[in-house]
Amino acid sequence: MREVAIVAFGQSDHRRDTAETSEVEMVMPVLHQVLDAVGLRAGEIGFTCSGSSDYLAGRAFSFTMALDGVGAWPPISESHVEMDGAWALYEAWTRLLTGEAETALVYAYGKSSPGDLREVLTRQLDPYYVAPLWPDSVSLAALQAQALLDAEVDAEGTGADERTLAGVAARSRTAAEDNPHAQLTGSPPPEALLAEPYLVRPLRRHDCPPIGDGAAAVVLAAGDTARRLCRRPAWIRGMDHRTEAHSLGVRNLTRSPSTRLAAERAGVFEAPPDLAELHAPFTSQEVILRRELRLAEAVRVNPSGGALAANPMMAAGLIRLGEAAAAVHRGACDRALAHATSGPCLQQNLVAVLEGDVR
Amino acid sequence: MTPASPPEALQAPLVVEFPFTRSLGPVQSAFLTGLRTRTVLGVRTTDGRVLVPPVEYDPVTADELTDLVEVAPTGTVTTWAWNPAPRRGQPLSTPFAWVLVRLDGADTALLHALDAPGPDAVRTGARVRIRWAAERVGAITDIACFESYDGAEGGPAVPHRVTFTDPVRGIVAPARLDYTYAPGRAQSRYLRALADRVTYGERCPSCRKVYVPPRGACPTCGVATDEQVEVGPRGTVTTFCIVNIKARNLDIEVPYVYAHIALDGADLALHGRIGGIPYDQVRMGLRVEPVWSEHGRYPDHYRPTGEPDADYDTYKELL
Repeated sequence: MREVAIVAFGQSDHRRDTAETSEVEMVMPVLHQVLDAVGLRAGEIGFTCSGSSDYLAGRAFSFTMALDGVGAWPPISESHVEMDGAWALYEAWTRLLTGEAETALVYAYGKSSPGDLREVLTRQLDPYYVAPLWPDSVSLAALQAQALLDAEVDAEGTGADERTLAGVAARSRTAAEDNPHAQLTGSPPPEALLAEPYLVRPLRRHDCPPIGDGAAAVVLAAGDTARRLCRRPAWIRGMDHRTEAHSLGVRNLTRSPSTRLAAERAGVFEAPPDLAELHAPFTSQEVILRRELRLAEAVRVNPSGGALAANPMMAAGLIRLGEAAAAVHRGACDRALAHATSGPCLQQNLVAVLEGDVR
Repeated sequence: MTPASPPEALQAPLVVEFPFTRSLGPVQSAFLTGLRTRTVLGVRTTDGRVLVPPVEYDPVTADELTDLVEVAPTGTVTTWAWNPAPRRGQPLSTPFAWVLVRLDGADTALLHALDAPGPDAVRTGARVRIRWAAERVGAITDIACFESYDGAEGGPAVPHRVTFTDPVRGIVAPARLDYTYAPGRAQSRYLRALADRVTYGERCPSCRKVYVPPRGACPTCGVATDEQVEVGPRGTVTTFCIVNIKARNLDIEVPYVYAHIALDGADLALHGRIGGIPYDQVRMGLRVEPVWSEHGRYPDHYRPTGEPDADYDTYKELL
């Protein structure tokens, strides 16, 4: 199989509100950042793919205007997914594997500030039985968290208590103090967090991701092109994505078989990773993912702070792949696992394995 | 020529509202018609499980499902979350619990609201029953919510053999989302100037083209436009169409002409309505100028200036 690597990664500073910039004005500096890193112009890129959703800011066909920031005229080879940018990266990866392109630009952005995100996300639900009830995104995550709290704590890692969840929050936001792009950094100790009131019981505010605006981009390249563009490419050894049955009441919400299957097919279990970037917007979801991915205690999980420190919709999954790749680029990691999710209660999951060449 | 002013972004409320009309498959139709008559139907899968709410295809095998069964209106909470601040459109307007309920006779759970005095009155495993809506139309909201129940447990699912008269064939699901629209730096600069009846384009620092209205980036070069250039007010019709369909909420007689207008100094045509001339006399090359509505922040339409038509060669690159 053709070798493909992430050779550059960039992201915006993630902020609660970026009303002063349009989407293209927010995205463009990030595009320039990754293109400058590899010394390419947009016209020299073989394939461009983006991920975004018009519902977030209420702008029809907003991705076509964001494309102005790439410089898409004369026409370039281009595609878009109404999903997190991690799935745009998947599409670009397959394009490179076919040999039709040598390089790809992948970007994603989300401006949640113009709307009410918890309400907007109800529109992605089953339109017959669920969406008419307008169950907001935090409430659905709370149903999953309660199922986890109710489950027996067993040797495999199922089940958790509220102290465990507060620990995930405190660890993530403390780690984010080293991430200049993070929206939420620093945390009181878990015991202090547990003294706070519930937001949607059993979730407290600390269990939930910040709502904010942001963008991210990566450059992919194949084989020797990757070696030329990057000192230590983050080779994509495997990548797969799977989905759960769409009715929440059919699923065992304490488990994520789609993550397990995607991980198997991506080759996660062939050798232990030394770093994992997990897209777990809610603390309870990290507990579920750790079990499905069989992560040992020694694995560094979300040194970036993860989605609990910055969760720009449609970009936060791509950022997990980007952060994992960046750790490989700078030699902080040899084998990284990256995960992205989409939809309510870990509905869809993408898992990738990235490796650096032996030093 | 003016350097771009510091960002002072505009904002305005924006409501996106649409009544989605959705048709139903045979299983969904039976389920929602059943709710209208206070009957809860599920569907049996090939391996014998009963799915409630029922779906058209098996979530595991993808087999088409047709074996409808009736289950009890009573059940057990499988997980819950306390919603202290109900939002627009949700089943109850007072604080309530979101619940997944496995109805007696079913193997899967249904999402809905549970009316309860407080979170301490809710637990996983609690017994509940459906509280029906007073008026039922064949929708998931025919279940008003669930309420606490301490009666006998319902039995296993039984075959459903009744054929409904007048089944529900579709639902209308109104959707409304409220936004605060912010057009960003470049468009805010443009709109502010327009309120003073000045039209600013923005020049690409790389290819030198002037874009009107500016959106912040040059789509050819992929770089920020950063230099404001006053354009117009006069311009040339580069192409046009004759509109014969009257738009809702728009007080304009048809037919009328909608045109691309290249303002003098601009390298991209903008859209505008042409007035002050019979529709069948509008032509490519017609010279026009804006007509500002009395309190308008933008031109209401464009009218002929009376100048000779522009030569084709002067606007052929702007078509």
